[in-house]
Amino acid sequence: MGSAALIMLIICGLAFAGGGIYLSKVLAKTSHNPVKGEAYECGIPTTGTSWIQFNVGYYLFALIFLVFDVELVFLYPWATAAKSVGVVALIEIVVFMFILFMGLLYAYRKGALKWM
Amino acid sequence: MITLSEIAHNIHVKLSGAITNETLLSITEMAIVGIILLGSLVMLSFFLGYMERKVAAFMQIRLGPNRVGPKGSLQIVADTVKLLFKEGLTPNASDKFLFNTAPYIMVITTMLVIAPIAYSSGFQIWDTSIGVLYVSSVSSVSVIGILMAGWSSNNKYSLLGAMRCGAQIVSYELSIGLSLIAIVVLTGSLRMSDIVMSQADGWWIFKGHIPVLIAFVIFIIASTAEINRAPFDLAEAESELTAGFHTEYSGMKFAMFLLAEYINLFIVCAMGATLFLGGWMPLHFGADNAFNHAMDYIPGFVWFFGKTFFLIFVIMWFRWTFPRLRIDQLLNLEWKYLLPISMINILLVTIIAIFGWHF
Repeated sequence: MGSAALIMLIICGLAFAGGGIYLSKVLAKTSHNPVKGEAYECGIPTTGTSWIQFNVGYYLFALIFLVFDVELVFLYPWATAAKSVGVVALIEIVVFMFILFMGLLYAYRKGALKWM
Repeated sequence: MITLSEIAHNIHVKLSGAITNETLLSITEMAIVGIILLGSLVMLSFFLGYMERKVAAFMQIRLGPNRVGPKGSLQIVADTVKLLFKEGLTPNASDKFLFNTAPYIMVITTMLVIAPIAYSSGFQIWDTSIGVLYVSSVSSVSVIGILMAGWSSNNKYSLLGAMRCGAQIVSYELSIGLSLIAIVVLTGSLRMSDIVMSQADGWWIFKGHIPVLIAFVIFIIASTAEINRAPFDLAEAESELTAGFHTEYSGMKFAMFLLAEYINLFIVCAMGATLFLGGWMPLHFGADNAFNHAMDYIPGFVWFFGKTFFLIFVIMWFRWTFPRLRIDQLLNLEWKYLLPISMINILLVTIIAIFGWHF
C-alpha cells in the first residue's frame, strides 16, 4: 500500500475520535449546573485566568532544542550514506560533533541548562 | 505454513477478481485495512489497560481486577462503556475550539505513526523509504495536541502539566533520535523492512557490541520519557497536578487521550523491537544450524509481538520501581548526561560500522 494509506489513516482517526465523541454525546445524560462549568481546582474557587506569563526556563530549553533538532535532521542523510562513504564520513562527523559539543558546552557555561 | 502476507495477498487476489475497477479496488482494500486496524487498535488498548493493571497488581502483591469477566479481563470494557455514558464537560472559561480539537489531534497523530511499523514479513501498511525519519517526525506532533489541551483548559494544573510535558518531550526527542541514528548508521537504510532484514544473522543488540547496547538503554530511558510514563510522568503527576494536561477532560474525550497514550506505548516498544531486537526476525546465531531451523518454525508476528510486549512489560516494571523525578532532575538527566553520551556513542557506532567490526 502506498502513501494513500496516510489519507486512510487520517480518515480512520477522524472517524474513530468523532464517532466516539458523537456517540457519547447522544448516549450520555446531560444536566445543566453553573458549578459544572468552573475550572477544576480541587474545590477552591479559581482566582484569575491561567493564561499568564510562565517560567522563562521552558523557553530557554525550547531554544536549545531547536538548534539540536536541526542538527538531528542533518544527521539522517549522513547516517544513510556513512557506511558507503567510509572514513571521510567519520572525519566529517567528528568535526560536526565537535562543533555541536562546543555549542552544548557554551550553553552549559552560560547557565542555560540550569533550572531556575 | 501460512504467513500474514500470504493471507493479505490471497485477499487481494480474491478482491481483484471481484472488482475490476482499479480505484474502487484500492478504496475497498483501504476500507478493509482501516476497519481491521481500528478494531485491533481498540483491542490492543483494552489489552494494554488490562495488562497495566494486572502488572501493577502483581508488583504490589495484590489481585488487581478480578470481578468482571474471567479473571477480570472485561474490566476495561466495562470502564469504556462507563466513559461512553459520561457527560463530556467543557469548562466555561476554556478556549472551546482548541479544547475540542486536541483529542482529535492526539488520535490522528497516533494513527499516522502506525503506518510504517513492520508486523511480519511483507505485512506492513506503508513500507516507506523514510520509515525511521517518518516515525520520529510524526510522533513529535503529539506535543502540539498536549500543549493545546493544557493551554485551552484555562486551568493552572493543565497549564503546568502541558508546559512540563512540552519541555520533556522536546528534550528527550534528541536522545531518541540519536539512538535511532545509531542503527541507521549500521544498516545504511531508513526503511523498516531493510532494517529488519539486516538482522537476519543476529539482532543488532547482539551484533553491535557495547555502543548499540548503550544506544538501546538510552532509547528505553528516552522513550519512557517521551510517552510520559513513570518515572517521567511529571506532566500528569497525580499527586501534584491531579491529572496534568487532561484534568478538565471527561467522558469520551478523556478516553481518546488514554487510547492515544496506550497506542503510543505500543508504537515506541514496537520501534525498539524492530530496530534493536530484530522485529519479526527469529533468534538466529551464526550460520546454518539446527537451532536456527527450529526458531524459523515460530511465525514472524509471534516474534514481533513477543518482543514488543516484553518491552512494554519492562516499561510497566519501571513505573513501580523508580520514584518520580523533579523537573530540574529530568532536564539535567537529558542535557547533561544522555545527550553528551549519545553524541559520543554515535561516533563509536560510526567507527564500528565503517571498519566493519560488528559481527
